[in-house]
Amino acid sequence: MRAAFVGALQRLMDEDERVVLLTADLGFHVLEPLCESHPRRVINVGVAEQNMAGVAAGLAHSGRIPFIYSIATFASLRGYEFIRNGALVHGLPVRVVGIGGGFEYGAAGISHYALEDLGVMRIQPGMTVVAPADGAQAAAALRATRDVPGPVYFRIGKNDGSSLPDLGGRFRIGHVEVLRRGGDAALLVTGAIATEAADACLQLEALGVSCGLAMVACLAPVPREDIASFLGSVPVAMTVETHYIDGGLGSLTAEVIAEEGLRCRLIRAGVNSVPDRYSGSQRYMEHRFRVDAASLVKRILDAR
Amino acid sequence: MLTSVEIRRVILDRAYAAQEGHIGSALSIADIMVVLYRDVVAGRLRGKARDRVVLSKGHAALALYAALYLSGELSEGLLLEYCEDGGRLGIHPQHGIHGVEFTTGSLGQGLSFASGCALAAQLGEEQWRTFVICSDAECDEGATWEAAMFAAQRHLGRLVVVVDYNRQQAMGNTDDVIALGDLRARWEAVGWLAVDVDGHDAAALESALRLVERDGPQPLAVIAHTTFGKGVAFMERQLRWHYSSMSKEDYALAISSLGTGP
Repeated sequence: MRAAFVGALQRLMDEDERVVLLTADLGFHVLEPLCESHPRRVINVGVAEQNMAGVAAGLAHSGRIPFIYSIATFASLRGYEFIRNGALVHGLPVRVVGIGGGFEYGAAGISHYALEDLGVMRIQPGMTVVAPADGAQAAAALRATRDVPGPVYFRIGKNDGSSLPDLGGRFRIGHVEVLRRGGDAALLVTGAIATEAADACLQLEALGVSCGLAMVACLAPVPREDIASFLGSVPVAMTVETHYIDGGLGSLTAEVIAEEGLRCRLIRAGVNSVPDRYSGSQRYMEHRFRVDAASLVKRILDAR
Repeated sequence: MLTSVEIRRVILDRAYAAQEGHIGSALSIADIMVVLYRDVVAGRLRGKARDRVVLSKGHAALALYAALYLSGELSEGLLLEYCEDGGRLGIHPQHGIHGVEFTTGSLGQGLSFASGCALAAQLGEEQWRTFVICSDAECDEGATWEAAMFAAQRHLGRLVVVVDYNRQQAMGNTDDVIALGDLRARWEAVGWLAVDVDGHDAAALESALRLVERDGPQPLAVIAHTTFGKGVAFMERQLRWHYSSMSKEDYALAISSLGTGP
């Protein structure tokens, strides 16, 4: 996903002189093509995410469209108050790019796991929050948010291999993309873990369970009507995210279910404790927190 | 007219009317604001290429409002909204009115915002200058130094920080809380052109601020040695005037002491 997003960003920089990319000293072997094609507009600010977010506010205040780039947890949390008091309060078009949501940094450990980025971003009024499934959708999301006047947060997957062909790179602000409908259960998923959710749906189908799947790549503005309509009369829904179960897609869906008076039961698949004091690959961690396809299948079967 | 007595009168009037504090902090930078608005940015505060002024020590907003008012940049009606319910002028500055570029109040953020403005000027080959007024205690914030190192690295020569070195912060003397030592040397160490100046000497302040016109690559740090509460004798160096508001007697005494101090 990262390569596709960076490629789309390069095209955006080609087209729009206002776009500036700031990185907090991350993006080695990733951002070099942009540095070469736009040396004046790609700036390494050093390991200083707070200042990066503040500088971005100043740039945007003076007519630029700055992208600030780091690993998702650093991009979202370290400079959070600067993003809040800068881009958000002033309604400025700063783009926060967080690379590698959830457990994508594998054995790098808790310091590198973004598990609350979507939550902290979506609670801020005026922040558009985007967590695409794959490269094609990430590129589409970049294009679709080009003219958003306020700030945008992107959770961009680090891995380039996986994709969700059925999605066809669709993305719309304030909407979900429904990949399949089912009468027995429904999955709502955000971010790069979408491929596991899609796999789970196929496995459930083979087991005779009709399971819907909606990709929630835009968490804010809240795709309220789409979620309500998708859940319709489904008896059980499960949200899937590599994020703490509080604050992210699970909470968002619970809010919609409660406020819209829907009758479906909700299971929130996600991270329910601090993954600390043990190490493991992305795959291991996703299994441990039961957001891999096999675990998702089991949880739906158990819930019926 | 924007003078050192008048700016203090406006600060005291509004602080008393609103029964708000932060008076000592505003008085501390009063002379800096007079020189900045009267002698340096006057006539350059309108349009896209305007000079930018960022009050990073947002709690001294009364000095900013008073300077804008006395230089004709802010109406009397707006000034009277200070701390009124629904008013646009709060204890800390909020964007959305002419003369306030950024909402501030959380210390240590203004220099980053300002560095972005200065970087935008550099990228766009624009001529505007960006001025930031920081407190000394903001030098406790790590992000201040992130911004300082960045601005020097990027050769933001049209960026100026004025550090209000009154040696007091909310709960004590800076020497007792986090000693800052030789601030000029600190800013020099991260690549800035830094000068020490008496922060109540108008001629010295103007000379220092005009160093921005030299057109060099280094950003400029003016270390303004100031007195907290300056100009109102009974408030000078008195910690309580960081937060306290004035009684009727305090106000009368403060007004009567204007222009009579040393």
